Amino acid sequence: MLGGAASREPGRAGQALTGSPVNFAADLASIVLGGLAAGTVLFVVSVGLSVTMGLMGFVNLAHGAFAMFGGYIIVLAMNSAHFGFAAALLLGFVGTAALSVVLEQFLYRRLYRAGELDQVLFTIGLIFIFIAATTIVVGPGSQALQLPPALSGQLDLGFIQYRTYSIFLIVVGFAIAFGIWLTFERTRIGAQIRATVDNRRMAESLGINVDRLFTITFAFGSGMAAIGGGLGAEFLGLDPQYALKYLVYFLIAVSVGGLGSVVGVYYAALLLGVLDFVLKLYLPKGGTIFIYALTILMLLLRPQGLFGRKEL
Amino acid sequence: MNAAGDPTSETRGAEASLAKRTENPAVRILTRRHRLRWWEALPWITAIVSYFAFPDYLGFGAELLVTILFALSLDLALGYAGIITLGHAAFFGAGAYTVGMLAYYGIWSEPITSLALAALAAAVIGALSGLVLLRTKGLTLLMLTLCTMALLEQAANMGHDYTGGFDGLPSLAIAPVFGVFEFNPLYADTQFLYALGVLLICFAFVRTLVYSSFGQSLTGIRENVLRMHAIGSPVRRRLVICYTISAALAGIAGGLWAQTNAYVNLSTLGLDRAATVLIVLILGGYGRLYGAFVGAVVYLALEHFLAQIYPTAWQLGLGLVLVVIALFARNGILGLAEVLWRRWRDSLSRRKRAERTAS
Repeated sequence: MLGGAASREPGRAGQALTGSPVNFAADLASIVLGGLAAGTVLFVVSVGLSVTMGLMGFVNLAHGAFAMFGGYIIVLAMNSAHFGFAAALLLGFVGTAALSVVLEQFLYRRLYRAGELDQVLFTIGLIFIFIAATTIVVGPGSQALQLPPALSGQLDLGFIQYRTYSIFLIVVGFAIAFGIWLTFERTRIGAQIRATVDNRRMAESLGINVDRLFTITFAFGSGMAAIGGGLGAEFLGLDPQYALKYLVYFLIAVSVGGLGSVVGVYYAALLLGVLDFVLKLYLPKGGTIFIYALTILMLLLRPQGLFGRKEL
Repeated sequence: MNAAGDPTSETRGAEASLAKRTENPAVRILTRRHRLRWWEALPWITAIVSYFAFPDYLGFGAELLVTILFALSLDLALGYAGIITLGHAAFFGAGAYTVGMLAYYGIWSEPITSLALAALAAAVIGALSGLVLLRTKGLTLLMLTLCTMALLEQAANMGHDYTGGFDGLPSLAIAPVFGVFEFNPLYADTQFLYALGVLLICFAFVRTLVYSSFGQSLTGIRENVLRMHAIGSPVRRRLVICYTISAALAGIAGGLWAQTNAYVNLSTLGLDRAATVLIVLILGGYGRLYGAFVGAVVYLALEHFLAQIYPTAWQLGLGLVLVVIALFARNGILGLAEVLWRRWRDSLSRRKRAERTAS
């Protein structure tokens, strides 16, 4: 399902693949790096979904639509308004977070205590609205992201030459993961989030304002999704179907990692990225079957995910 | 163990005398609700009338009937047993590929037995996956059903030497129904009547099932699992059986789709199809037998006429309708109709009462 990555990335990263046994280590490194870059994008998009699902148990299938919305803001700001990459990312973050707060206050809020079916329907409906609106406003075509020159070249890592952008993604992704982890472990709001994920009723009765907490994390998570959409636009592509195309991957990353667990999503997303990369390269037709099989196996053995906690 | 009150186990006469004696509204409703009403003939009369009235739309009609059957199968799992699944197309595709591969390789092309085989194949997958999946609930269940479907889709993609991969298996040669009525690709009258017959049989089966004590226990499980456990109902087994039956019916729908379209491809297994059937059912109203009918007619008619002209507007409208249904009208069109009907009836009786007191 990570189709864009399959059709584009191997070709670009594959430049290091020679096939000869001598360069096996270099091949392996380039595969792992390519997979890690894709996984990093997956993480940045999914981390918000994991936390909001963990907090409220809200099945938000429209999370990918926020990533798409943000991706469009970022790409259009760069292409049409000549923003710098960093400025565009910031704009995407703020714009998407603002939109998500509006939607959360007026629509999502009504369905917190509804059943999963209603939440699924509502968010599928939102996806359709986002897809149609994007098609009407921007057009059905794919948007290309023009990387800044500093990021578009090759980087000499000593043993191989590799795309600067992929290395940049991996480093930035690690920094983001570390930052969010620190926030979770070392700040007051992080402690509140962890408490609420573990036991919402208890947290509420201790005086934690769960609704407000949810609004904040929802906005932040949507903003992160927007940044992920922008960072990944270069090799995942960006077209109106984005919200639906990668939905299964976001969900797998979240449920395998464990709801509400930042570390879990980080590992799950990286694993998924590398696996997908390898399978698409060596088994281009139907190789992703192993991802689904592993996910099913994993969820049967540990329904709470790799790092999730068992429900009490 | 019978879960809910079981009217069928008692004799009719006792029921009637009980109803007469108590005049309890609850008893009256329970003893009468499985009886056939006059309006239940309407869908079938409409189908026969449309057969003669719209000869140009028989292909569309056959597609509609298949969709109704598929939505009906989902209704059994989702509407009655409360199993929230995003992967019901897995069984539709299993049925379609069973019929498709049997016909394409010239192994077996007799339509009715092919459908039985399709049902069997889908039921086997349903039972196997149900045994493991139905231990979970909530998001995990949602993910597992989704992944099972994706697994089958990729398996079909991977076995492209046998399944035709992405392109599927074209121009299937299906033998005539009963050895007499041939499937004509240009004029779909056989397809329509054949699909109508299959739907009628399946519907009669589902209707009997949901009003049986088994069906009642499914509703009980949906409403309150804990209580069903407490009264000793074998919850897991009931759910697996229901899921298997639902899968078999979806397999029949898929097989029927392959037969009426004379091809099969990966679209039968995709998320799009699973989401569409979910929307169809919710639009009509789930947990009520006729929701599948209303939803399929409304959805397909709108899609057929709107989506060709304004595909984007269609998608936008569909999204808005879904949001509105989720927020305000959780029981779909039939639920809305019921509310309006009840309100009208109440206002009528209130007016009568007011007149009586006035006089």
